[in-house]
Amino acid sequence: MQPIAESIGIAAPELVLATGAMVLLMLGVFRGNRSLHGLTYGGVIIYAIAGFALLGDAQSELAFDGLYIADDFSAYLKVLIFAAAAICSIIALPYLVRARSDKFEYPVLIMLGALGMSMMVSANDLLSLYIGLELQSLAAYVLAAFHRNEASSSEAGLKYFVLGALASGILLYGVSLVYGFTGTTDFRLLQVAVTETPAVGTVIGLVFILAGLAFKVSAVPFHMWTPDVYQGAPTPVAAFFASAPKAAAMGLLVRVCMDAFGGMMSEWQQIIAFMAIASMVLGAVGAIGQRSIKRLLAYSSINNIGFALIGLAAASELGISGVLFYMAIYLPMTIGAFLVVLSLRGADGRPLDTMNSLKGLSKTRPGLAIALLIFMFSLAGIPPLFGFWPKFAVFNAAIDAEMYVLAVIGVVTSVVGAFYYLRIIKLAYFDEPEGTVLPQESRVNGALLAGIAVFCSPLGLFLMGPITVAAARAARAMLTF
Amino acid sequence: MIGLSHYLTVAAILFVLGVLGIILNRKNVIVILMSIELILLAVNINMVAFSSYLGDLTGQIFGMFILTVAAAEAAIGLAILVLYFRNRGTIAVDQINQMKG
Repeated sequence: MQPIAESIGIAAPELVLATGAMVLLMLGVFRGNRSLHGLTYGGVIIYAIAGFALLGDAQSELAFDGLYIADDFSAYLKVLIFAAAAICSIIALPYLVRARSDKFEYPVLIMLGALGMSMMVSANDLLSLYIGLELQSLAAYVLAAFHRNEASSSEAGLKYFVLGALASGILLYGVSLVYGFTGTTDFRLLQVAVTETPAVGTVIGLVFILAGLAFKVSAVPFHMWTPDVYQGAPTPVAAFFASAPKAAAMGLLVRVCMDAFGGMMSEWQQIIAFMAIASMVLGAVGAIGQRSIKRLLAYSSINNIGFALIGLAAASELGISGVLFYMAIYLPMTIGAFLVVLSLRGADGRPLDTMNSLKGLSKTRPGLAIALLIFMFSLAGIPPLFGFWPKFAVFNAAIDAEMYVLAVIGVVTSVVGAFYYLRIIKLAYFDEPEGTVLPQESRVNGALLAGIAVFCSPLGLFLMGPITVAAARAARAMLTF
Repeated sequence: MIGLSHYLTVAAILFVLGVLGIILNRKNVIVILMSIELILLAVNINMVAFSSYLGDLTGQIFGMFILTVAAAEAAIGLAILVLYFRNRGTIAVDQINQMKG
């Protein structure tokens, strides 16, 4: 048995978040909803402390008898998750106050979700995988239904819950089969037990596990919840769903495939390649003709997950570092795009979500229109904006692994996808304004929007060196331990 | 003699029933919640059967975790369902269609 004190030291970031969430919850219960702002900024401090706990020696370490692993790979993803969670709890404040949903539970739920995600990327056993996934999902179900008095929000929550529970049921069934046919749930032992000629039960179990995880990253054919949930859920919650959980689930998918089921590479490579192609195509085609911006962004996130999956399908160190690099750029782009939607308010102060409300934005709100331009060009992957480079990295990995078909389909769907991104820009820059759009009400949100826009603009390329180095190091740490 | 394969068959039948209950059901969301419980139960039977067959405790520990999480999941599911009923006045499955496209 490993001494418990040693494990506690290794799992410090999670323990900080867990205790922090409990403290925030107690403070909220005793001080009521007026403490929302205080709790939110307190939460940001807790994320920062948890981030500091990630620092330390870069060695890969196991804790709790192999249930938990702390390595460069998990640290890299945790930085992304904590940053996204902190930003998503801050940007929600003006929205929640205006919608009279300013309940103190919001930052607490985000933090519990972040705790689940951080557990997911550090999972080294099917048991900790399940617990992390469920903690994240349970927090997400409640967040989707956070607008208590709005039918669309509770409908989004209900749909997300039913499909999410089905997905975790399927995943669990796969886990039970894998356990039964290999006799272990530990990733290290699975790596040894799973060989080139696996038992039929193990293969079926792997397919079920991949189906459950595909739901969490919203890859086709398990994407059907995404547009409905993004549209119905409150906008800041949709921004959260599109960012942090995607990074966490992607990290988990990478670790399960490369680490636990590394011996069955030829089996899962076909499945991942199929999901990548289907997600890219459906994400690009489905977004055409959408009237709701949030729905369009949902299809855009399906499309982007398809691109990220290319890197995993390549199943090489280059591919994995491509996936990690992709997530680091995708997160700011998508949060930025949702921040633009969050800043759109009609003359009566109510949030706008239709494509038509973007008409003539360059004349009514030039600053916001420039930010929108940057995010859309970046999501479309047009150089020299930042969004081009991660796509380049994953295509490069696919070419390197001689998966030419995958790379070609990726480039083609990327061009198809550019159509609807450019349509948004056309609406904002070449159409006459319809109605008014009120100015940004929160300085903090404005500053965050500007910061993220600068990050995605060519100026952000100064950061490309450090990010690629960190991604490559993380990929190597996961593959070699 | 009842062996491992019998337990696995029962679990597989329960799992399929649960999935079909979610997919085919057109009437009531409560039935969907029951189907979810059925799926988790099927998994638990699998876990305990494998655990006893392999002589390894991990499966039973996993089973305890699944039971606990299933309880939390059911609580959250029912809470969201109550919320939905308050807003819409119905829990019929074919009425859950405000958003589509």
